[in-house]
Amino acid sequence: MWRFNLRRNVKFHDGTPFTADDVIFSYERSKVDGSDMKTKIATLKEIRKIDDYTVDFVTNDAFPILPDTLNTWFIMSKAWCEKNNATAPVDVRKGKENAATLRANGTGPFMLKSREPGVRTVFVPNPGYWEKVESNVTEAVFTPIKNDATRVAALISGDIDMMEPVPLQDIDKMKGVSSLKVLQGPELRTIFLGMDQARDELLFSNIKGKNPFKDKRVRQAIYQAIDIEAIKSRIMRGAATPTNLMIAPGIRGFDPALNKRLPHDSAAAKKLLADAGYPNGFEVGMNCPNDRYVNDSAICQAIAAMLAQVGVTINLMAETKVTYFPKILSRNTSFYMLGWTPDSYDAQNAIFALLMTPNPSGQGLFNLGSYSNKRVDELGKAIASELDQTKRNAMISELFKIHGEEFGTLPLHQQALAWGMKKNIELVQLADNINQLKWTVVNAPRPD
Amino acid sequence: MLHARIDAMTTAGGATVPTRRLARWWDADLSYGFRHSPVAIVSALVLAICLAAALFAPWIAPHNPFDLATLNLTDALTPPHGMEGAKSAYPLGTDDQGRDVLSAIMFGTRISLLVGVAAVALSVMLGVSLGLVSGYGGGRLDAFIMRAADVQLSFPAILIALLIDGVARAVLPRNAHGDVALIVLIIAIGVSNWPTYARTVRSSTLVEKSKEYVQAARVIGITPAAILFRHLLPNVLGPVLVLATINIATAIVLEATLSFLGVGVPPTRPSLGTLIRVGNDFLFSGEWWITIFPGAALVILVLAINLLGDWLRDALNPKLK
Repeated sequence: MWRFNLRRNVKFHDGTPFTADDVIFSYERSKVDGSDMKTKIATLKEIRKIDDYTVDFVTNDAFPILPDTLNTWFIMSKAWCEKNNATAPVDVRKGKENAATLRANGTGPFMLKSREPGVRTVFVPNPGYWEKVESNVTEAVFTPIKNDATRVAALISGDIDMMEPVPLQDIDKMKGVSSLKVLQGPELRTIFLGMDQARDELLFSNIKGKNPFKDKRVRQAIYQAIDIEAIKSRIMRGAATPTNLMIAPGIRGFDPALNKRLPHDSAAAKKLLADAGYPNGFEVGMNCPNDRYVNDSAICQAIAAMLAQVGVTINLMAETKVTYFPKILSRNTSFYMLGWTPDSYDAQNAIFALLMTPNPSGQGLFNLGSYSNKRVDELGKAIASELDQTKRNAMISELFKIHGEEFGTLPLHQQALAWGMKKNIELVQLADNINQLKWTVVNAPRPD
Repeated sequence: MLHARIDAMTTAGGATVPTRRLARWWDADLSYGFRHSPVAIVSALVLAICLAAALFAPWIAPHNPFDLATLNLTDALTPPHGMEGAKSAYPLGTDDQGRDVLSAIMFGTRISLLVGVAAVALSVMLGVSLGLVSGYGGGRLDAFIMRAADVQLSFPAILIALLIDGVARAVLPRNAHGDVALIVLIIAIGVSNWPTYARTVRSSTLVEKSKEYVQAARVIGITPAAILFRHLLPNVLGPVLVLATINIATAIVLEATLSFLGVGVPPTRPSLGTLIRVGNDFLFSGEWWITIFPGAALVILVLAINLLGDWLRDALNPKLK
């Protein structure tokens, strides 16, 4: 059980005070089907109101990282939702909307002024914010510019003050512009490949009657056929950290000792394929987004070329994220690419969503290849409720060791962040690619 | 004006004029014009070279960019000849995947030309037939066809193409889609473009159908089908030729967009349009050759087709003689 004392004198953007009733209301609201907040509160049994500014959270089992998973759980104002007819969440995937779809009412330092999805979203400071903020931003306008070159041109010409991501090939060019700077840093997102290990016959392959990906040797062959260093230097232009783990350094539970990739070795890969019964390789369809991760489609093409060298023919289907994600999330794929950032900054999040056997509780929800290992499931459960940090880390390491030796998924790298902005803008770059407006300061432009 | 010549011949030599002589005479007229038009000769030559390069790409291209096993990622982004770091194996440099740009252009042109020409041919066939029928028939049929065209014009071509692809995807078995992707692409682009032709042809038909030669043909009892295709068609074809040559370029670019959306050809077999689209991202960073060379190839190709189409229109237009 956790006791939270709520800060007093905090007001929502519409002026209503923030109290325990709002916490309980939001909890009940998050439990309803169609809510995207469901996984954040999955470990809670109930929330009890002690008084207006004190609440008790009761968990099903011990859950030491509760505060970390709750930091992205959003509280809504009960009064506002009742007034605007938005007391129940709506499922946007089913095309349903209500007042809360396009309007936000939080307690944060900035509040929404207007929102046109895909066009323009405007934020202004919240005058009633409980803390003094460093930021002197008077209005923040978010405009999606999808085309790389257009986005770069918009910043160089001064139409916008900052943008992200900077296309890798343009980082040097942008650093050369005297009025601009580029802020780079590691990102926590791990890019990896997943393989369908559940079906007895792959959906997209010329091998009938069996699933080559069920054979560990095939998965290892694919791992070893990939020349990650060439991808790093040529496609990512150095802005990537090759990884052997499904989590990035900086995530709790990361074990540097396990982060050593097997060498790239086409001959070994060929031999493994031959041992597994595919001396002439096989054909498989691969799904890949082309506008989601940094150079995603280029990485997939390069991997297709590397696999061709060991005899595996890839039929690459690269498409825009709007059609890509519905397809792979419904597991309509044999071989896919995905990126994952544990927003709790803890390994448990990635383990629960990506590595444990899928079941209706939400476990393995994004384990799209349905990799399954009993010991991994046991460890995953134990990790969630273990209080001793040393023991917990040891279990996380054991889990990743098993997963790595079985090549359950094929980690590629962590991509790097690159934000471009005018020189007079100061801000803090967080590794989960979030820009906190309250730490953003616009200085007077210096004549240069 | 073809019909006028036929009419003239029938009156001069009776109905038994050998078709061979007719053909020879017509050929000579056209070929004479061709021989005396430097623009036509040059553009035909350029077009022939482009076609040959595309058609024989598997035999004459220095590399096979579609054979993934031969790609070498470490050679990616090699600049073209004459620049620092150039390699003799890649005269026009390589793209971000290590594909030889020259070979990629030759192979890509095959796909783009096939898709572009076939899709435009399909739209021309559909649009011209419907436009002729609509203009000549008039009345309810006209209203129906033109409203259908209006409705379709109110959607962007890309949306129609996506719709057709979606239907094809649902109808065809999952694995068959890869094999027929090109045909679906051609049909999708072709069908999405017919209204422009139908409208153009209809308006020309409306003008032509009240002219004396059409009335004369009708009076002597020629069937409507023959009037449409033997008499009216040659006289409304001028603007269509111009439109078609321009639309080949549009179709090639549309194909690239559809491929980006995951509908068309896979990125491992890039078409000319895809090469240009992908290369656009490298314009600012100084790797200009990835997009400029394929872009130039497209410009040359379209310009040649356009000039030739322009000349053909003038050559077939008796009013300019």
